[in-house]
Amino acid sequence: MTQETYQARVPIFPRSVKGRFRFLKYAILFLAYGIYFSLPWIPWERSNAPDQIVLFDLVGRHFYIFDLVVYAQDIFWLAGFLVVGALLLFFVTGIAGRVFCGYFCFQTLWTDVFMWIERQVQGERNARIRLAEAPLSPAKAFKFLLTHLLWLCVALATGLTFTLYWGYAPDIVHQLITGTAPFPAYATTLFLTLTTYVMAGLAREQVCTYMCPYARFQGVMFDSDTLVVAYDDKRGEQECGRCKPARGLKDRDERHRKGYGDCIDCGYCVQVCPMGIDIRNGLQYQCTSCALCVDACDTIMDSINYPRGLIRYSSENALSGKPTRIFKLKNIGYGFATVLTIALLVWSITTRSLVEMAVRQIRQPISVTLADGREQNRYEIKINNKTSETVHYRFGLQGLDGAELALDGSTKLEIAPESSVQFVTLVRLSPRDVRESRSRFQFVLQPISEAVAEPESWDAVFYVPANRLTPIQ
Amino acid sequence: MSKEAPKQAVQTTGHAWDGDLQEFNNPLPRWWLWGFYATVVFALVYWLLFPAWPVGKTYTKGILNEITYTDAKGQEISTHWNTRSLLAKEMQESRAQQQQYVAQLQDAGYREIRADQKKNEFAYSMAKVLFADNCAACHQGGGAGVIGHYPNLADDAWLWGGTYGQIETTIREGHMGFMPAFEDGLTEQELDDVALYVLAKSGEKVAGEQMQRGAEIFNGETGGCHYCHTKEANGMTSMGSANLTDHIWTIADVPGKSDLASKKDAVKQVIRNGVSRKMPAWKDRLSDIEIRMLTFYVHQLGGGK
Repeated sequence: MTQETYQARVPIFPRSVKGRFRFLKYAILFLAYGIYFSLPWIPWERSNAPDQIVLFDLVGRHFYIFDLVVYAQDIFWLAGFLVVGALLLFFVTGIAGRVFCGYFCFQTLWTDVFMWIERQVQGERNARIRLAEAPLSPAKAFKFLLTHLLWLCVALATGLTFTLYWGYAPDIVHQLITGTAPFPAYATTLFLTLTTYVMAGLAREQVCTYMCPYARFQGVMFDSDTLVVAYDDKRGEQECGRCKPARGLKDRDERHRKGYGDCIDCGYCVQVCPMGIDIRNGLQYQCTSCALCVDACDTIMDSINYPRGLIRYSSENALSGKPTRIFKLKNIGYGFATVLTIALLVWSITTRSLVEMAVRQIRQPISVTLADGREQNRYEIKINNKTSETVHYRFGLQGLDGAELALDGSTKLEIAPESSVQFVTLVRLSPRDVRESRSRFQFVLQPISEAVAEPESWDAVFYVPANRLTPIQ
Repeated sequence: MSKEAPKQAVQTTGHAWDGDLQEFNNPLPRWWLWGFYATVVFALVYWLLFPAWPVGKTYTKGILNEITYTDAKGQEISTHWNTRSLLAKEMQESRAQQQQYVAQLQDAGYREIRADQKKNEFAYSMAKVLFADNCAACHQGGGAGVIGHYPNLADDAWLWGGTYGQIETTIREGHMGFMPAFEDGLTEQELDDVALYVLAKSGEKVAGEQMQRGAEIFNGETGGCHYCHTKEANGMTSMGSANLTDHIWTIADVPGKSDLASKKDAVKQVIRNGVSRKMPAWKDRLSDIEIRMLTFYVHQLGGGK
């Protein structure tokens, strides 16, 4: 059989279904949308930034997340957060399969919303198939245009909301409408509107099967004990396979006597599948574990008084009658790594210092001899005030007896909220006061204000060339 | 339901060799194809709008892409888009941006800059670059200098004075550092004596007899050293003569020698050959504000006066 080099998308018309998992998925959808769309509008009192609960201020290089202010130098937390996310994903996937894909992935969530809109405008599966095959008419054109228009509205709301996180939301909306917003605001909104429209409206399951890297490599986390949405082949097929409930095959015992399985081949599980696959063919890489086929099958089983669970969450081992092992090295390892990285991240965030000093010794020249015979070292100091109040410090040094601190200014420092000061300081010391070339000492910040109570110190090294040291007698 | 069926089947191109060797065909999705066509269209539009193809000794310049900037000579230049002009334009823009900070420093006095944290930081970072571009070739990065050639600017001794005004004059006008050679004027013995006297002045232990002879040469007419270096050997900033009583050596590498004999030789060498150093005047090469920022920077290198 020959085929073209390129393949058009085969349209899928999923049928709606009610059930436990559908309810759970809607609940998660409402929660996720509630958080995503409302966060930029929740006020949060701040002394020197807009009162917005989550604000990513790229220009000012400050990320505000509730009471946490993330500075540019703390950006490794983002790496930590991503590592936690990845490990959590591995851990969950190892035990329960593609939970993220089926319930939480924004591709799944947005596609769900787009399909809901589609159904409200164009009707249920059969109506949509008929409409797609019907010749172009004003009614068809209207329904299609309305669908796409509503999709674009949701897409625009999505793109706009994303943009609002990067500035003060009311200002950005006002600027966008009056045409005074910065170019990136328009570009971001437009780009995300288009990608949302294309991914959730047009490409849909192709995103999961062709684009998503996770969908392709998640298989390596799977094993025979992983929970998957599975069709109970033994129960459904028996010896003679599935068959429609024809005369003489309606009663369950009757079917079993004749060797037929519990699957009545109604096809509901196939019709509801957003990926367009038949779960009865076994585990397939397209399956996102959305569990809608479970709901579909349960509905049918209930209606003909068969026990539920012909399609259910199960593992390969459970299906073949073997025990499912959750506590194994792989899962424990993923779990341990997840807990460890979360602990490290939380530790790093909770123990963050509200004032930071960077000491950089100027190494060219590293040391000079002064007229009176003392040695002089220079240090570039940068002090960062991470609090949202003005702080006052006295700058000094300790641990270097006989040393003199010379500053091109006052040792009293006043640092504005969320900003830093930078200056050069000189340290002078007689070579007679030290025994070694390298002497460790500390620069100290003694707080004068109330905001920070503890004095902070940072290590530094004073260098004296070996030939300037007093020879040991 | 059968709609989905072809998707699942294994596709081949229909070719078969050796009976069973078949060529699989896994078709790309249609959207991918359109994505590929879009890149082709992008390339065509790009060729039209930007410099793209070589044609003989020239090249296609592109249309609707004029770029205008003001070059270093203040001449306005309009040309087709190219990265070199883009750089010039962006540099012009950033110079304009920098100007608002420079303007604040224009009329500010040195003490004012020193006292104001923000002005201080800007002056320091601006002058650091200027110093690296203009001064570090001789005085080295950070003003470390080279013994025997270029003075160390990071210590607290100033040959020509270390106040803001004196430093500014030095940069603006330049200096000639000169000491005559005593090769013919002094004998070998006299050179030895006066070298030891100079070493003794900065704390070396020297026998009294030689000190005495050296002092006579230094302060008398034989050497006449005191005319420039003063009788106390403190030097004079008005003529750039070095202070010989401190621990700083800018010409003779005394700190690099371990015993008195080789220290004496180093000093003797300088007296015998004299010194002739020149720092060029910068008033015609650097702008007023640049000279002032450099003054500020050099002043704080060694702690200033």
